[in-house]
Amino acid sequence: MSGAENGLELRQAALTLHGRPLIGTLDLAVRAGRVVTLMGPSGCGKSSLLAFVCGTLTPAFAARGQVLLGGRDITALPLERRRVGILFQDDLLFPHLSVADNLAFGLPRAVRDRAERRRRVHAALAEADLDDFADRDPATLSGGQRARVALLRTLLAEPLALLLDEPFSKLDAGLRDRFRGFVFEHARRNALPTLLVTHDPADAAAASGPTFEIGTEGLAPCTPPRRLDKPGTAA
Amino acid sequence: MAETVQQLRPAPRPAAPAGAASGGILRHVPALTLGLFLAPIAAGIVGTWLPAFGYLPALGGETLGLAPWRALMAHPSVPGAVRLTLASGILATVLSFALAIGCVAACHGTRALTRIQRMLAPMLAMPHAAAAIGLAFLIAPSGWFARMVSPWATGWTTPPDVALINDPYGLSLTLALVVKETPYLLLMILAALGQSRANERMAVARSLGYGPVVGWLKTVLPAIYPQIRLPVYAVLAFSLSVVDMALVLAPSTPPPLAVLVYRWFNNPDLALRFPAAAGAGLQLLLVAGAIAAWRGGEALAARLGRAWIAGGARGGSGQRARAAASAAMMALYAMTGLTLAALAIWSVAGRWRYPDAMPGAWTLDNWARHMDGIVWAGGTTLSVAVAASAAALVLVLGCLENEQRQGLRTLTRALWLLYTPLLVPQVAFLFGAQTLAVRLGLDGTWVGLVWSHLLFVLPYVFLTLADPFRSLDERYVRTARCLGAGPARVFWRVKLPMLIRPVLFAAAVGFAVSVAQYLPTQFVGGGRFATLTTEAVTLSAGADRRVIGVFAFLQAVLPLAAFAVALAVPARARRARRSPEPTP
Amino acid sequence: MRLSRFSALLCTLLLATAAHPAATAAGEWDDIAAKARGQTVYWNAWGGDERINAYIAWAGKRVAEDYGVTVRHVKLTDTAEAVARVLAEKAAGRTEGGSVDLIWINGENFAAMKKEGLLYGPFTERLPNFALVDFKNKPTTLVDFTVPTDGLEAPWGMAKINFVYDSARVATPPRTIPDFLTWTRANPGRFTYPAPPDFIGSTFLKQVLIATTPDPDALQRPVSSDAAFKAATAGVWAFLEKLHPYLWRGGKTFPASGTAQMQLLDDGEVDIAISFYPSDAASLAKAGRLPESARTFVLDGGTIGNTHFVAIPFNARAKEGAMVLANFLMSPEAQARKQNIEVWGDQTVLDVAALAPAARARFEALPKHPALLPPEALGPTLLEPHPSWMTRIEAEWQRRFSN
Repeated sequence: MSGAENGLELRQAALTLHGRPLIGTLDLAVRAGRVVTLMGPSGCGKSSLLAFVCGTLTPAFAARGQVLLGGRDITALPLERRRVGILFQDDLLFPHLSVADNLAFGLPRAVRDRAERRRRVHAALAEADLDDFADRDPATLSGGQRARVALLRTLLAEPLALLLDEPFSKLDAGLRDRFRGFVFEHARRNALPTLLVTHDPADAAAASGPTFEIGTEGLAPCTPPRRLDKPGTAA
Repeated sequence: MAETVQQLRPAPRPAAPAGAASGGILRHVPALTLGLFLAPIAAGIVGTWLPAFGYLPALGGETLGLAPWRALMAHPSVPGAVRLTLASGILATVLSFALAIGCVAACHGTRALTRIQRMLAPMLAMPHAAAAIGLAFLIAPSGWFARMVSPWATGWTTPPDVALINDPYGLSLTLALVVKETPYLLLMILAALGQSRANERMAVARSLGYGPVVGWLKTVLPAIYPQIRLPVYAVLAFSLSVVDMALVLAPSTPPPLAVLVYRWFNNPDLALRFPAAAGAGLQLLLVAGAIAAWRGGEALAARLGRAWIAGGARGGSGQRARAAASAAMMALYAMTGLTLAALAIWSVAGRWRYPDAMPGAWTLDNWARHMDGIVWAGGTTLSVAVAASAAALVLVLGCLENEQRQGLRTLTRALWLLYTPLLVPQVAFLFGAQTLAVRLGLDGTWVGLVWSHLLFVLPYVFLTLADPFRSLDERYVRTARCLGAGPARVFWRVKLPMLIRPVLFAAAVGFAVSVAQYLPTQFVGGGRFATLTTEAVTLSAGADRRVIGVFAFLQAVLPLAAFAVALAVPARARRARRSPEPTP
Repeated sequence: MRLSRFSALLCTLLLATAAHPAATAAGEWDDIAAKARGQTVYWNAWGGDERINAYIAWAGKRVAEDYGVTVRHVKLTDTAEAVARVLAEKAAGRTEGGSVDLIWINGENFAAMKKEGLLYGPFTERLPNFALVDFKNKPTTLVDFTVPTDGLEAPWGMAKINFVYDSARVATPPRTIPDFLTWTRANPGRFTYPAPPDFIGSTFLKQVLIATTPDPDALQRPVSSDAAFKAATAGVWAFLEKLHPYLWRGGKTFPASGTAQMQLLDDGEVDIAISFYPSDAASLAKAGRLPESARTFVLDGGTIGNTHFVAIPFNARAKEGAMVLANFLMSPEAQARKQNIEVWGDQTVLDVAALAPAARARFEALPKHPALLPPEALGPTLLEPHPSWMTRIEAEWQRRFSN
């Protein structure tokens, strides 16, 4: 397996909180377009691992190891240059910007042409079935609509990997299924290595990717069984 | 595979939020703030304590000694001044505290509390000098209240010879202090409630059979008291050392200690500077002693309180307490409104004889004749207030943003530092600060004046802005950063717009604090600057009530206008966004 | 020979210059006026009376029109504040660019400033309008509370203690100091006086001193000793101890100033007020701040009168502007307007009879009022005591009554 294909890779990553080990040393590789699910009880550090990947760990934590993305070591890069997208439980749409402005917020600076920017935003809106919602206040959208906008905002920033921090848990059952499918569909379409953190086994099943348990021993596989024998093996 | 890590980091290192390594200018803002802010106070205290012990080379005082203190103690007015200061100051604090606590306890969770919350802003906005002047207009024997009920109800064709203002026990001053301080304490208590899970505690208490008032006192008060301790101390310090309100309402024979000291500092007999400095030192000791005594009182109250809690008394339904508390707050609110009305009416009054309830003639002459003075004093007030608030905002936002970027935690010690100018009596350090200003060539300059106001504006702006800033959901920041925005872009495009309401509110608070300042303008302004406050207080010593009304009304209205703007602007913007665009 | 020719030349030169004093003075005045143009004068003056504040504003406007000098009125609660400021500046070594340019001053404050060397001058001789002042009939224009002015302060107005009462409520006001005791006993709570160091309160005490002291002439000299002070003022304290229980508020609180007491008179809280300007009653009644029934009375033995001045601190930034302003204040136009009871009512320092007809006409055209006593009816003017008496009396009053 060459590094370039290993979309997102964690090497010898370990986290300690106030000196106590939180997550044992682990190695993980996520291939482009695949979803790796991390499960564990609350407080076991799932979200902290995501924070480590995207670079937002608070000083209370101490981290070891490397994060590689598309072969590049991004461990030392500042947040905004890592090209890692993240979705949270709450949509976190900026309340002072309209839907279109929210979507445009993440557009890369390289895209300078106004018309081009507008085109991309409208394409994203169409993708979400929200064609006429461009100038709306996000507070006037329904929960499902906001979630879709949040995902599209993340995708418009052209990330190289996608982190999902229990993004479905606040949605009700029917909405959850639809949105889950929406997210995984786009992840696959954009060939994004995706790391999903959740406590809901249904999410893991829908992701149909390798599933691991996180703990102080590192990663442990869990059903559906795909065993992780030694470090460095991609699943 | 084995080609694992080339660069295995040997030991865990704290992962600071990426981007903090730069820090840049922002890293120096806290130091700059502390310097700008604490240096004058420190210099001021030193510059006032040294002369208190006889050391002031400019006036020939070369040796340290206790002579100034002896002169201070020998002065006939001092014992009476100290008694008056302690009596009015402590009584005012106790009453304000009891009223604020009683109000929240009685009205917790009811609609009355939300109503009270909304009333707070205008009551807080009114500067204390205007409040004192207006109160004097209201309650004097020849004041508006007496006029409204005379002579038909009371039979007074001439005002009764009762000392209702400038009374020897300082009760009118105490009343004015209570009217001004209770809303402030209420605000602090309500802010502390938000972080204390008061509703859960009350639910538990009520379910165990405790009445609302007693339940609140037993379960919520102990939890929030540590957070309102500093504001209470600030109220105590202010009540003991206020000068502008005392000039209007307190007796003059003898006046409170702060006024006495202030007069000595202004006396042409330079030899009086030394006992004046000693008096300023005594003022500081009085405040420190009162705070220590209050601390002791806290311990005592804690012991008694624990016994009371263990006793299990359930308390009544709290109906009467609620009614009383609502009535009291209504009374305070009405006082504030009537004060403003009295000032406004006097400002447009022609001839208003006692005992008419309304002026016999109305005129705009008072405003027209003083337009020049209004423009000059008003212009100074506005420019200094805007500059001080803006500077404070920049510094505070810089400190808070830096704190978040460095991932620092704030210490309680820092909070005490912030409260210093509110705890140290103004008269106790402004003399030394004036000397510093003279040495730096800043006295009598606009910059020096703004700086002296900044000392008092900064703590209030920080206290108002800190909680909203820190409690902004940091996931917004994370999301924005992961979308590719650098820290600066996140601050300007995400944080600041989301915090626009607290920021404008804090700016309005800073504005109001600056408008209300009296002593700093007098000390550092070097006689070159007149603000609406200094004019109003100077005039209140006997000039035509109509002119006093003009200046005091303006002084009162400016902060109210600032608050109105601060609340209206974001609301309008939000409403504009909410209205859906017509689809083509 | 040579010497005599030289001395003759010298004499001619001297005579020549002496023969054209006006020309030289005019040239010098033009210089001063030219330098003054564009300056801003910070005039520190007591701001407790709106009529005076309005007059000062008017004077500022006129001076701006005629000389291009901007005037800023810094309102003081007590002249001592400005004195203290100049003193502090001197102590800090600021010998120029001071923050006070002109002070409205007299009495103890002037004595203190003169003693500490805080005044600029002598400058009055350089002001053209100074020649119009009535030195002969108004000796207090040259000697301020027994301290010679030495050209360090320019006269501005004349003050004389008088009493204002509401004729609708008071039939016969007291005419001597001892009468006040009987009157207040018959009308308790209807009289008071401002607490010293307010200048009206202090002057009332001085009036009492003159009436009760065994040797009035000693008051014109500094206090010689503590024993002498005690002996001379014993009558004052005895009088006040008897008076205070029958005063407004039982003598426990006093109004802050003379204007405050005028407000009390208007409100009906007291029936008699003390004033420094004989035209106060008329002027305030016209302004609607006193009832139309307000009238003036003076004491039978005479009341204290003095002159008040303007002076320039040694380190003033705008000295020329201040001189221009001081000169304008002594002009017939300014003095007549000042004496107008519809404006202020302060008596002029000028010799009206000696003025040019046009200028004199300004004074003759001034409005009258029933409350305005003609000059003959004002009674004799008593001289101010030496300032040292006053400082001691104020301190003793504070000791006895201020705690």
